[in-house]
Amino acid sequence: MVQRNSVFANLDWVSILLWMVMIGFGWMNIYSANIMEADNGIFDFSQRFGKQLIWIGASLLLAMLMLVLDAKFYIHFSYLLYILLLGILLGVLVFGREINGAKSWFVVGGFQLQPSEFAKAITALALANLLTSHSYNIKKFWHLVKALSIIAVPPMLILLQPDLGSVLVYSAFILVLFREGFSANVMLMLAALGLLFVTSLLLDKALILLFLIIITLIIYMVVARSVKKGLVNGLIIAMVFGVLYGINYLLKTEFSLFLIGLAALVPVALVITVKGMRLREYAQMKILVGLIVSIVFIISMDLAMNKVLKPHQQHRIYVTLGIEDDPQGVGYNVNQSKIAIGSGGFSGKGYLQGTQTKLHFVPEQSTDFIFCTVGEEWGFLGTSFVILLYLGFLLRMIFLAERQRSSFSRIFGYGFISVMLIHFIVNIGMTIGLMPVIGIPLPFFSYGGSSLWTFTMFLFIFLRLDASRLELLR
Amino acid sequence: MNQYTDRRYVFAVAIILVGLVFMIRLFQIQVIDKSYEQYALSNAQSVRVIYPARGLIYDRRGEIMVYNKAAYDIMITPRLLEPFDTTELCEILKITRESAIERLNSAKAYSRRVPSVFMKQVSYENAALFQEKMYQFQGFYVQTRTLREYTDSIASHALGYVGEVDQAILDSVPYYQLGDYIGVSGVEKAYEEHLRGQKGKTVFLKDVHNQTIESYQGGRLDETVEVGKNLTTTLDMELQAYGEKLMSPYVGSVVALEPSTGEVLALVSAPTYSPDLLVGRNLGVEFGKLAIDTLNPLFNRALMAQYPPGSTFKTIMALIGLQEKVISTRTEHHCYYGFYVGNIHTGCHLHETPLDLIEAIQNSCNTYFINVLKSILQDVKYTSTAEAYDNWRRHLRSMGFTEPLGIEMTNELNGNVPPASYFNRIYGENHWNYLTIRSLAIGQGELLVTPIQMANMTATIANRGFYIAPHLVKEIEGEDDIDDKYREKHFTTVDTSNYGPIVDGMDLVINGGPGSTARNARIEGITVCGKTGTAENPHGNDHSIFIAFAPKEDPKIAIAVYVENQGFGTTYAAPIASLMIEKYLTREVKRTWYENWVMQLIQPVAPVVKKNNISNDGTEE
Ligand SMILES: [Zn+2]
Repeated sequence: MVQRNSVFANLDWVSILLWMVMIGFGWMNIYSANIMEADNGIFDFSQRFGKQLIWIGASLLLAMLMLVLDAKFYIHFSYLLYILLLGILLGVLVFGREINGAKSWFVVGGFQLQPSEFAKAITALALANLLTSHSYNIKKFWHLVKALSIIAVPPMLILLQPDLGSVLVYSAFILVLFREGFSANVMLMLAALGLLFVTSLLLDKALILLFLIIITLIIYMVVARSVKKGLVNGLIIAMVFGVLYGINYLLKTEFSLFLIGLAALVPVALVITVKGMRLREYAQMKILVGLIVSIVFIISMDLAMNKVLKPHQQHRIYVTLGIEDDPQGVGYNVNQSKIAIGSGGFSGKGYLQGTQTKLHFVPEQSTDFIFCTVGEEWGFLGTSFVILLYLGFLLRMIFLAERQRSSFSRIFGYGFISVMLIHFIVNIGMTIGLMPVIGIPLPFFSYGGSSLWTFTMFLFIFLRLDASRLELLR
Repeated sequence: MNQYTDRRYVFAVAIILVGLVFMIRLFQIQVIDKSYEQYALSNAQSVRVIYPARGLIYDRRGEIMVYNKAAYDIMITPRLLEPFDTTELCEILKITRESAIERLNSAKAYSRRVPSVFMKQVSYENAALFQEKMYQFQGFYVQTRTLREYTDSIASHALGYVGEVDQAILDSVPYYQLGDYIGVSGVEKAYEEHLRGQKGKTVFLKDVHNQTIESYQGGRLDETVEVGKNLTTTLDMELQAYGEKLMSPYVGSVVALEPSTGEVLALVSAPTYSPDLLVGRNLGVEFGKLAIDTLNPLFNRALMAQYPPGSTFKTIMALIGLQEKVISTRTEHHCYYGFYVGNIHTGCHLHETPLDLIEAIQNSCNTYFINVLKSILQDVKYTSTAEAYDNWRRHLRSMGFTEPLGIEMTNELNGNVPPASYFNRIYGENHWNYLTIRSLAIGQGELLVTPIQMANMTATIANRGFYIAPHLVKEIEGEDDIDDKYREKHFTTVDTSNYGPIVDGMDLVINGGPGSTARNARIEGITVCGKTGTAENPHGNDHSIFIAFAPKEDPKIAIAVYVENQGFGTTYAAPIASLMIEKYLTREVKRTWYENWVMQLIQPVAPVVKKNNISNDGTEE
């Protein structure tokens, strides 16, 4: 019933048009960012804009190929591709070339390929396959673990190579799980932990503990329906704290406020536990567990920040959060990036007229910081256009994903949306100082074949599935 | 399976929220916050200032007087500094570590982005060595500047000096920047805008390594440097040097003008100082020393000292008397050792009597000119003494006595010729007459003039009735002509015909027989006309005054000499004027013994003037 030409008849040309606009405008900006170095015309293949033309040409072929393949191919071969991918990632670790301190590149001819980029699309296929398998239920613990494993294995292989950006991107797949019924409460909890993480860097631990206790007491009052009980517990904690603090002061044992605070919690916690066990009042105990989990989280984050993360990574996070100010060091990139974008004003300096990007004040101006060229040369009009372009594209993708009868297609679509979204947020966020500097490209815009091909593949597999939406039922 | 369809809205809303946050942020940094544009400019632009060479100054005969030598300032831009070897820097520049740190800190305090002077006027050798090793000192550079150099150490008062701009100028004139040089006085100040030229600048684009990439926007913001314009002064270097030499033992002033043009040939203020002192690094220290010198060498006496003109003023009295037709050349007055009315007495010296006008000038008779003043003030044309007085003052105004003459220098002062209202206030209206103010007739009393006004008065007589405002610059390179005001003839209110007899009298002062008061100013073969004067000085010895011009027909030079505390005008002022005229007109002085005598190198063994011929111009009451 489905014929080859019907693929094209059923293609979503709106998406393809948006895709072309992104690629075309992206190339114009890559050209501008590199123009100072060459005057041999746009087909100078020793220059980035020349090379990008090749990548674009190749991605057109790739797009065709993705469309030519049967939709069922992606479903049936998804696991195989995934296993193949893991093999390649291992291969890179052994045979790859180290570039910029990251051993994540294959070098073919004069071109470099980064397999970890392609891994995203294939992971999405495998995830879609898993989630649509018979009797799969995301609510079941081991089923969830399976899904998380598929998501986590590629970045773990990548993590062996120091590439923080990719890891962050894979965490976006959790959004897919959310769409497929993953508990909203758990998502909220994850968000709360994220918030706790940020505040734990910003504030003193003892202060956070104080806030946690206060919040817990308030929740306790609500659950127990008694303000009095909450106040009594709070008073007991405060008194124990006062006594311990006095002893600490008199004995000159230099325990930190945080530790004294923890110790002060113990009597109340014990009473609630014992009483709760006896009276089977589990609601109150759940609140206590939440508090303990939060405290454990703070402590482990503290250890992770100081023991696991490398100093420069810590530094980046600190600079992003505004805890440290370092315009010449890590902050330099962000600072120069903001200067370039900010100096564009409302309507920009004009195409090819930017100074900041061309003079290399902005690092990586054609890859991760390509948005600076847009900001400088096209001004607020240009940046708004790009933002709206991405918004339009992403919303279009949601529309496409939701019109699928096939869950596989929808899940894959959301995989694409999630990855696009995290790239969009992190990349543009970092150029305007809202996100830490994590080197991930702007999809379809930044210079580089691997990224362009990955997202083209991603998009066109999805469009291929979409074209067969009437036919695919699973 | 698809029961979570509503979660699509969570995605859609989240995406829209992200877009919204981004756009708000972009609006803030791109549209609202303008500071990024400034950062971008300072990031990418590098402005290199090119300092023009200051214009040269020539004398009237084309001899170079002032030129430039290169000086090297070590400049610093704190923002661009990178760690460097302080010890090596100190070694190259020959400064101590403490001094280096202090200089560094003061540069940082001034501005982190704008370059400032780290060390001024480093020697050529040190600058060259520094330039060689500059790659080690990021943030430093060598700025070439020019300093003034003088062919001869003369004319410091006329030429003035060049110094660093002060805060007041920095605040008011945007052209100047900290560390720039500017003419502070004299010709250097008056012609600053011509001499300085126009600073140029080249705006470069530089990249993140502070390397120059290309000229910015094809040089659209560049400003071409314009070399300063050369000036030709009216000064005669040899005459100026000679005047300074002759005046070196004295305090006083010599001003020589070319009558037909008002050009200043020599402007001497003694004691003077060498212009070399006020150049470069030591300017401050040397200026301080000069400022506390009790002889006040910085005081430009030629333009600022106000002296009584003494008997030289009798020429003016004669002119006004003739013009007002209250006397004629045949008017005679008797004089027996002075002027007596009742118990009022003004002394005079021994001379024949009666004298007519010309003889009175020749003999400098006090009695005669008090009578001239009487005739002027009691003129029946006027209803009151005050009215007649103000008419007299009107003539003086036309001769340039009541206002500064308008030479290029801003420090020129005015003389003092009080108006009638002044005497009305002192003595009461109608309670004064010629007797009250008779000292004015002989150039004393309230009357004060500056040496340049006296020289101008001499030039006016030489011109027989007009003067052109004295000025110091003859030609400005690239300009058609100097200021119109130095071309304008100011005709006096006294007719040309009335000048003849006065000139004749001044001729006789020098070249007449017995009774001539300044025969020692005589020059062989040149008819010099002159007039002696002596100004009473209540604080010490009287001041010696002499005015002269020569030759009598078609005068080329008019001169006024004022020597403080040296007694009769004839004694020193007249010989100095005479030697100056000889020097200017013949280019050499044959009377070297006379020169030596004037400069007190030899004792006055052979006074040229017999004792009984020396006139006593002083007054007694
Ligand atoms: Zn007499």
